[in-house]
Amino acid sequence: MGRYILRRLLQLIPVFIGTTFIIYSLVWAIPGNPFAGLCGPRGCPPAFIDQMTEQYNLDQPLPVQYVLYLGQLFQGNFGETFNGIEVGTLIQQAYPVTLKLATIALIFEAIIGIAAGILTALRGKGFVDNLVLAATLFLIAVPVFVSGFVIQVVFGVQLEWMEPSVGADPGIGQLIVPGLVLGSLSMAYIARLTRTAMFENKRADYIRTATAKGLTPRRVVSVHMLRNSLIPVITFIGTDFGALMGGAIVTEGVFNIHGIGGLVFSAIQGQEGITVTGVVTLLVLVYLLMNLLVDILYAALDPRIRYD
Amino acid sequence: MTDPGEGRQSTLSTGADAEGVDEVRRDSPQQHEGSPEVGSKPREKQRGLWGDAWLDLRRRPLFVIGGLIVLFLLAIAAFPGLFASGDPNAQDLSLAREGPSAEAWFGYDALGRDIYTRVIHGARASIVVGVLATLLTVLIGSLVGLVAGYFGNKTDSFLARFAEIFLGLPFVLGAIVILSVFNAGIEGAPGMLRVMTQVIVTIGVLAWPISMRIMRSAAIAAKQQDYVKAAKALGASHGRIIFKHVLPNCIAPVMVYATIALGQYIGLEATLSYLGLGLQNPVVSWGMMISNSQQYIISTPHMLLFPAGFLVLTVLAFVMLGDAVRDALDPKQR
Amino acid sequence: MSATDDGTGGSPKPRLLEVQDLHVEFRTREATANVLNGVGYHVDEGETLAVLGESGSGKSVTAQTVMGILDTPPGFATAGTVRYRGEELLSAKEERRRELRGENMAMIFQDALSALNPVYTVGFQIAEQFRFRRGMSRKDATAKAAEMLDLVKIPNAKQRVKEFPHQFSGGMRQRAMIAMSLALDPDLLIADEPTTALDVTVQAQIMDLLDELRRERDMGLILITHDLGVVAEVADRIAVMYAGRVVEESDAESLYKRPAHPYTEGLMESIPRLDQKGEELASIKGLPPNLADIPPGCPFHPRCHRAEEECRETVPELHELRAGRHSACHFAEELISRD
Repeated sequence: MGRYILRRLLQLIPVFIGTTFIIYSLVWAIPGNPFAGLCGPRGCPPAFIDQMTEQYNLDQPLPVQYVLYLGQLFQGNFGETFNGIEVGTLIQQAYPVTLKLATIALIFEAIIGIAAGILTALRGKGFVDNLVLAATLFLIAVPVFVSGFVIQVVFGVQLEWMEPSVGADPGIGQLIVPGLVLGSLSMAYIARLTRTAMFENKRADYIRTATAKGLTPRRVVSVHMLRNSLIPVITFIGTDFGALMGGAIVTEGVFNIHGIGGLVFSAIQGQEGITVTGVVTLLVLVYLLMNLLVDILYAALDPRIRYD
Repeated sequence: MTDPGEGRQSTLSTGADAEGVDEVRRDSPQQHEGSPEVGSKPREKQRGLWGDAWLDLRRRPLFVIGGLIVLFLLAIAAFPGLFASGDPNAQDLSLAREGPSAEAWFGYDALGRDIYTRVIHGARASIVVGVLATLLTVLIGSLVGLVAGYFGNKTDSFLARFAEIFLGLPFVLGAIVILSVFNAGIEGAPGMLRVMTQVIVTIGVLAWPISMRIMRSAAIAAKQQDYVKAAKALGASHGRIIFKHVLPNCIAPVMVYATIALGQYIGLEATLSYLGLGLQNPVVSWGMMISNSQQYIISTPHMLLFPAGFLVLTVLAFVMLGDAVRDALDPKQR
Repeated sequence: MSATDDGTGGSPKPRLLEVQDLHVEFRTREATANVLNGVGYHVDEGETLAVLGESGSGKSVTAQTVMGILDTPPGFATAGTVRYRGEELLSAKEERRRELRGENMAMIFQDALSALNPVYTVGFQIAEQFRFRRGMSRKDATAKAAEMLDLVKIPNAKQRVKEFPHQFSGGMRQRAMIAMSLALDPDLLIADEPTTALDVTVQAQIMDLLDELRRERDMGLILITHDLGVVAEVADRIAVMYAGRVVEESDAESLYKRPAHPYTEGLMESIPRLDQKGEELASIKGLPPNLADIPPGCPFHPRCHRAEEECRETVPELHELRAGRHSACHFAEELISRD
């Protein structure tokens, strides 16, 4: 087990370097002059350019720049925006919001998705099954920016059941509707995944064995069918949490939530290269670690998986 | 968005159990004993996986409805002039934000452009981007996946790591970074071709690892089949084995993914255009129309309603098709 | 039916298990398959009944109906009776049937790897019955589970209760399956092709074990198989099934000596050597009938080398030829009286 984790961690290193290097090169190298447009229409003052060039080794070849940058990053130094705000501070402000939003979305998608999946599988083919299938199809087909937008207008502006714009430092209550919107797509996937797995397991031989042992139907379903069916579902939820923690640019944008997605989006628009690379590097790291965690979890849940 | 879940569900059984198996046998409680046969005439045993799937598909309402919508959309995309004769960019400020009428079925937008005409012309951009992005991702992904799965070992682990690098990028975020880099390089007004190519390439770069993974696992399964070993033993070249023996057995799962992905890419294009990074003027796109409607939503809801409706319908149609195809190709999923 | 010969005499002791005129249909959108068309057999305590037949003959469906684990839909028992010690089961409440399962009747399946839940240890799956049927603590139940593994001669049982099914070899897995079925000491055990998935050498060991356990516990054993060779040594009586009917029922010795049905004859001629698994019975031409469209008359007539006009028109009933010998062939008498 320990060796397995270690090996997976070692495998992560090239992936991490590859991903962040791509982002780094995109942000710093490709448009030519990294300062073009960086300081607004007036251009950057020469002193600033000199300072930045020195601080980020911009006169060095790209790979060298990148390695030196990564070195600073791992010392906890995310750098500053050109307004002199610590990127680390920005992340500290934004990340808790994203985490809250991601958790809410995750809770919604897991509870509703799994419940819907189990319900359809237990009821069998028929009205409920068709209803859930149609609903999930619809959720999959509606892009988040459309559903978020419509919900914001209908419930926020017209019915005034919620605040249409969340703003800085939001409470849990304000994030519930955005969380629901954010989780809607995965909710549909989870419902379908659960349903498929349950239907498959329903006909599995070991379910017949459990029935033949004279166990109660409740125990057959809850202990034998559910446990097996939830393995792929839990894996999906874990992967999805990794993705959700990467920030929800669209949802955060629609509801004006000041999370990590909003931070990185405005940084891209304002060509704040330092903020972009810093945040994205962090997000990639979180995402990769989360995926590793999911793999370990999967191996723990399914005894057939061997660590090799 | 990174891994649309469907991908991992659609591991197909390309083996014998999909061939000419009748309904009862699939549903029967004792699969290994081979349960009673119902209504299987010997003639039907001749059908292959695809023939079987096709017969099955024609009876699925999901497939028929989805297919009809897609055909309709393809017709609109190919010949928008047949459905709406006007110029989608023609403005008449005196008509701005006027509601639907007999003149203009879907009303006018904030600049007095006919929304019906724009929605019709927007179909082309959405579908072209969706189709080409799907083709690109599936081609790259399948090729890499095929090579990785077939050759295995070092080739496989190298290519798998390489794919993970792209999977590590959050999808929307990655697309935004790439597109803003592209856009920064543009001077003056971008051409239609350039704008669309950018979006297609961006989606392709970020999404190919998903079809690569699907193809890879299908290729690993196909490689272990006896006829592949036989072909190898007979001294067939790698190229021949890959394209003659392995590939035909790996197409089904990728096809299923591609159909669903097509719908998702159309949604993604709209999302990027909505964020102001995807398609831009002079291209007409549903995402942009939705984005433009934001400030006027209360007074002019039809500005949102029609493009959003068409967008949802399009994505829905492709997802329905993909769903039906998957079910038809994989009897185990029932 | 065969089982009625002493049941009608008002015998005080009912049979352990008696199936009479059982009909089961499989209904799907396209068609209805008549999977069982009047199956009847019985088994007594301490007796081994082998149920023989090709795939699709209805052997397993009969067993599942007896156990009450038939998947409904598509399967529906439409007529007939299943009596356990005189108690009618088909009309019994599901709760009563559940009580009987495990406690009074148990079943083991062909492929132990898929019949055991992959995510729980073998010990857990055996102990489960002690915990939830007998109210034992987890610890006591696990100790009992180890005893059960010991009983079926799994070495090092105390360690192996903690292992998962995939960590067992094929033969050991089937032993664990047997241990699980015997946990609550049932008096009727149905073994559905218990050795088909196993190596030949292991097959004999498992059959011996089953035979031994049956004797020790005085159980009734129904052994379902398509392989005449497997049952030769252990069966007391044999019921041969074809197209959802019992076509011949006899004590094992007489049946082996002289089959009373052309189908049994065919099966005998195709007895595989022990090193072959007889899946295709090459010497019987043709295929089993389509159960949605069973031919009129004797269902076997299209494949039968002695079929005559009568066979195409009238369904031969299962009738008694000699004491303990029954056949559903118009020419049964001829068959057993020739040299």
